[in-house]
Amino acid sequence: MIKLIKGKVWKFGNDVDTDQIIPSQYLLLPTVEEMKQYTFEPLDKDFASTICAGDVIVGGENFGSGSSREQAPLVLKALGVSAVVAKSFARIFFRNAINIGLPVILCKEVYDDVQNQDTLEIDVQRGSIRSVKSGEIFTSTTLPAHVMNILKAGGLIGFLNQK
Amino acid sequence: MGMTIGEKILARASGKDVVKPGEIITAKVDLCMSNDGTTHLNIDIFENQLKAEKVYNPDKVVFIVDHNVPSESAKTAEVHKKMRIFAQKHQIPFYEGTGVCHQIMIEDFVVPGQLIIAADSHTCSYGGLGAFGTGVGCTDFTSVMHTGEIWLMVPETLKFIIEGKFKPGVYARDLILKIIGDIGANGANYKIMEFGGPAVKDFTIDDRVVLCNMAVEAGAKSGLIAPDETTIEYVTSKGRQDMHLFTSDEDAVYEKIYYYNLDELEPMIAIPHCVDDVVPIKEISEVKINQGFIGSCNNGRIEELRAAAEILRGNKVDPYMKLLISPASKAIYLQALSEGLIDIFVESGAMVLNPNCSVCWGSCQGVIGEGEVLLSTGTRNFKGRAGHPNSSIYLASAATVAASALTGKITDPRGAVQ
Repeated sequence: MIKLIKGKVWKFGNDVDTDQIIPSQYLLLPTVEEMKQYTFEPLDKDFASTICAGDVIVGGENFGSGSSREQAPLVLKALGVSAVVAKSFARIFFRNAINIGLPVILCKEVYDDVQNQDTLEIDVQRGSIRSVKSGEIFTSTTLPAHVMNILKAGGLIGFLNQK
Repeated sequence: MGMTIGEKILARASGKDVVKPGEIITAKVDLCMSNDGTTHLNIDIFENQLKAEKVYNPDKVVFIVDHNVPSESAKTAEVHKKMRIFAQKHQIPFYEGTGVCHQIMIEDFVVPGQLIIAADSHTCSYGGLGAFGTGVGCTDFTSVMHTGEIWLMVPETLKFIIEGKFKPGVYARDLILKIIGDIGANGANYKIMEFGGPAVKDFTIDDRVVLCNMAVEAGAKSGLIAPDETTIEYVTSKGRQDMHLFTSDEDAVYEKIYYYNLDELEPMIAIPHCVDDVVPIKEISEVKINQGFIGSCNNGRIEELRAAAEILRGNKVDPYMKLLISPASKAIYLQALSEGLIDIFVESGAMVLNPNCSVCWGSCQGVIGEGEVLLSTGTRNFKGRAGHPNSSIYLASAATVAASALTGKITDPRGAVQ
C-alpha cells in the first residue's frame, strides 16, 4: 500500500533539468544529507530551507531531463518531498525516482489549475489528484503493475530484498 | 511483423524470440559501467542496503574515474579512493585518468549486439557500434552489478533516414544538433533513435558515436546504428570477435520516420539554456565568448581534434579569451601527439588538458564566472552547468569552437575550412 499523499505545491516550469535540481559541484559530497541543502540552488536559493516535509513538486514537460544522477530524486526525497507531479518526465529521472520510492505522477491537466502553496491530495494507486482549493479532481496515469510493485516496496532495493 | 535492431538486441538479452514495444522484460546485461559521478553512492547501496558480498561477474563490470580527474578536493579524493579499494577487492577492471568513460568503453569493451547499462546518461553512445547502451541511476546500476539482470520496458523506435554528404565545415555534430532542435529535448522521450539511410555507410565510427551519444538530449533511451563493414573492421582491429550483427527488418515497425539531407545541412548552434534551442550559426551575430572548449564524450575524438587543428594551425587564439582542449582518451591524446596536433594547439595559445570529462560537466576544470559565455563541444548547455548560475553555454562543433576562438566571438567555421 502507498499512503494517500497530501501536500503543499511548489510549482516549476518546463525542462527542469538535473543540474538545476542538484548542480554538479555538489554531487561528490559524501552523503545525500550534505547535498540536500543545495537542491534547486540555481532556481531558488531558499528552496531547501523553506520546503516542508510532505510538500509536492509540480512540474511542466520533461521534468528531470539530463543527467542520470540519482542524486536528483534523492535530494528531493531527503528534503521530504512526497511526490512529483509533471506533464511529462525524462526517462532516467522517472526510473530513478521509482527506484528510490519517490512517487512520480504523470498528469497534464493539474498543471494549469494549481498555484504555489495550493494543496493537492494524491491517490497514487487509483491515479487521481484533487486540488483542495478548486475542488477539481484530475486523472493521472497509473503505473504498470511491475513498476507499482517496486514503488510499493519503497523502491528497488526493498523490492529485491523481498524476493 | 519484423523487428528493429533495438528490439532484436532486447529479445536476445531477455531470451525471447520476439519482443514488442510496451512489453516489460527482464534482460541479462552484457556489461555494466560506473564512473566517479555516482560510484560512491553505488558502493554504499551495495554494501549497506543490499548487504551484498559479491558482484555477479567482475569481468562484466567496469569502473572508470573520469569526472573529477585529477581530484580537485580532499572529498573527491576520498570518492576515488573508495572506488579504487572496492574495484581492487572485487577484481573489477579499473581506469583512472585515462579518458572519458564512454570513449574507453568503445575502445576497449563494446561489441555490436550487446546490452550495456551504465550509471551515466550518455551510455547511448554505444549505439554507434550497434550495441544497445542505456543510462541508469545508481540503484539500477548496483542491482545489475549484484544480479546481472535488469527490467526494461521495450521502447518504440524512431527512424532517422539520412542521405547526402557533409559539406566542408559541417559535421555529424551539426546534424545531431539540427535533429534535436527539430524534435525537441523530449522529442524521443523513452524511445530508440535509429539512424540509417544511404549516408550512414560513409560515416566514420567517430561520426556514429557523435550521433548516438546525444540521443539522450532528445530524451531517448538509446541511439542505434546498424553495424556494417566499418563497425566490424573497427571492432576486430581492437581484437574483439564475438558480435551479434543485428539489422532492422524490412517490415520493422517505427513510430515515426524522419528524413534529413546532408547536402542542405549547415553549421548549427544550440543557444542557452536548452539543447533544443538550435539555430544555424549564420543567424547568430556578434556574440562574444570568454572561453571555448573542445572535448567531452561527444566531441573529443581524433577527427574533431584534426578539424580544430586545421583551423588553429599557424593562428592565435584571441588574447581576451581562453581555449581549453581535452582529448577524450589517452589513445586519442597519443594519436594527436604523433600527428603534431598538440603542438598546433599549444602554439595557438590553447590549454591542453588531460583526458577527462572536464569543462562539459562543469565541476572540476575550466568553470566560468558570472555573466561569462562558454562555447563548447560538450553535451549540455543547462543553466549554470559550467560554473556561475548566471553564465551561458552555447554548443557547437569542434570546428566552430576553433574558428570562434580565433575571433573571440561565435564564428561560422566555413570561412576557415578548405
